[in-house]
Amino acid sequence: MSMLKTIVFAAAISCVSGTGFAADAPKFGKPITDADASAWDISVSPDGKGLPAGSGTPAQGAAIYAQKCASCHGDKGQGGVSPALFGGQGTLKAPAQEVLTVGSYWPYATMVFDFVRRAMPWNAPKSLTNDEVYATVAYILSLNGIIKDTDVLNKDTIMKVQMPNRDGFINLYPGKF
Amino acid sequence: MARARRNADSVSLQPVAGNGLLDRRLLLKSGMVFAGAMSTGIGGSIASAGAEPLAVESWSKSIGVPPPPYATPSPRAQIARIVSDTSRPGTMQARTPHHRLDGMITPAGLHFVVARAGAPDIDPDKHKLLIHGMVKQPLIFTLNDLMRYPMESHIRFLECGGNSAPMWSKTPIQANVQQLHGLLSCSEWTGVRLSTLLQEAGVDPKATWMIAEGADGITMQRSIPIAKAMDDAMIVFYQNGEPIMPWNGYPMRLLLPGYEGNMNVKWLRRLKLTDTPVMAINESRQYTLLLDSGKAWRFYYPQEVKSFITRPSPGMQMSSPGYYEISGVSYSGHGRISKVEVSADGGKSWGLAAMQGPVLPKALTRFRMPWNWSGQPVVLQSRATDEGGNVQPTRYQLIAERGEPRGTPPVGGFPMEHVNCISSWAVDAKGAVSHVYA
Repeated sequence: MSMLKTIVFAAAISCVSGTGFAADAPKFGKPITDADASAWDISVSPDGKGLPAGSGTPAQGAAIYAQKCASCHGDKGQGGVSPALFGGQGTLKAPAQEVLTVGSYWPYATMVFDFVRRAMPWNAPKSLTNDEVYATVAYILSLNGIIKDTDVLNKDTIMKVQMPNRDGFINLYPGKF
Repeated sequence: MARARRNADSVSLQPVAGNGLLDRRLLLKSGMVFAGAMSTGIGGSIASAGAEPLAVESWSKSIGVPPPPYATPSPRAQIARIVSDTSRPGTMQARTPHHRLDGMITPAGLHFVVARAGAPDIDPDKHKLLIHGMVKQPLIFTLNDLMRYPMESHIRFLECGGNSAPMWSKTPIQANVQQLHGLLSCSEWTGVRLSTLLQEAGVDPKATWMIAEGADGITMQRSIPIAKAMDDAMIVFYQNGEPIMPWNGYPMRLLLPGYEGNMNVKWLRRLKLTDTPVMAINESRQYTLLLDSGKAWRFYYPQEVKSFITRPSPGMQMSSPGYYEISGVSYSGHGRISKVEVSADGGKSWGLAAMQGPVLPKALTRFRMPWNWSGQPVVLQSRATDEGGNVQPTRYQLIAERGEPRGTPPVGGFPMEHVNCISSWAVDAKGAVSHVYA
């Protein structure tokens, strides 16, 4: 029965179009090169895939921070209308009231880079250059004592950053789900 | 027929569980039975209804309002979402007023919203979907291209992973159902199967994850297991028959039935096939569950079996003792609801509720329970079970699993994720309804 329907459908299409193509599944996607897709390809994973060229230092980041971040996160990153960017280390175990920051909770420095580049500053996401993102992330990491004030952050050095809570997570997938 | 009538007539008016819960078959059978029940004295207010002379009101003596191009409910209905304070930066939210709704479908304009940067103003003629990464051929689709594929419609719930987080408080937060459980909605979604598009691009068998990303200001991304992407995932364009609301993803969103809300990426623009998760902020910071030990769960995907009573519920006032219908919603990210039980004595005894059909997988199922309230204080609860045998836990069972709440959060706070425990509503002797732990 379904075979008959398929045949009739194919015949109908070839009749109308006159080109005689089979009634295959529709395919409307158009090929695109990686180069043409690069403006959207902004995901950075903990293995370093997606990290761009560029570099920045905590000092450079402090200047960007003061101009573009301090109004929400506080002049020293202590938090304001938006969350604090440091502190909370040692608060994850009960019964402490947990304080979850980049320093106490975020497991990967690449996560900070990825988020700042795609989403910050709040009122002008994607307005920072890659150098500015590296610098801003360097400043945030230095606020947490995770890197030194004199360190330079780039796609190689960011991979060497050890976040305090890197091993703080239990993956429920795969396994439980 | 005759047999059915005898069965109906035999429905007992004796309570099936403590504090006046009645047999659900009072609702399932014909109105005849219900009328019989009423005549036995349940709901004694009938005889006292005043017989005042009828008036012909002004609206019966004038011409009404013509229909606007797009209508909204009567202003007299006063139905609205609670929305977040937008005077400061931060996630924008809107919560569904379940205490004012009935049935299983959420009107699109009352759908919940969690949008970190608001709704982008996307030009549908410029919107595109990129599929790339570990595929044979990276592809780009226009919205027009996508809408030419075979379409399907499915009724599915969406729930924020952080819905009901106010339950994770040392003391019961006094807020209504909308504030406590309003990050939950259910719609008919129409669109195309994602597997069709992934097959067209040719997914590398070594790909285990798919990063889905939106086109909004913060360009939200999540990593999705490839198995889910190839299973019942869809790209949807229509919500309850009309184009998706801007805040819910116009012109299109990912739909991952049963999975936590933010994975159903709105304003979808990109799917990247990979062999590792990207570890986005929304999967390794937000939407994680911190345990007593200091370790945290992440990748908690399904919204587990759950229910709550919407009427009566906190903030409401019962008018007088007598007959009421207890009503609420139930759902499971694992499939269909198989039963809902209701208790009026804080969980000591339970009666089966009537389930309003159709009972669909990963959709809201409305339940109803007839109840004769004596006027004494009671504690109402509902407990759902899904077709996989998963039973909605008590609050104490969740606490045993994750540790005691560490504080008393604000109503809009998110101290925990995936809170699916039983809710308890107390009715006092004056008929006032409040949130309690029981």
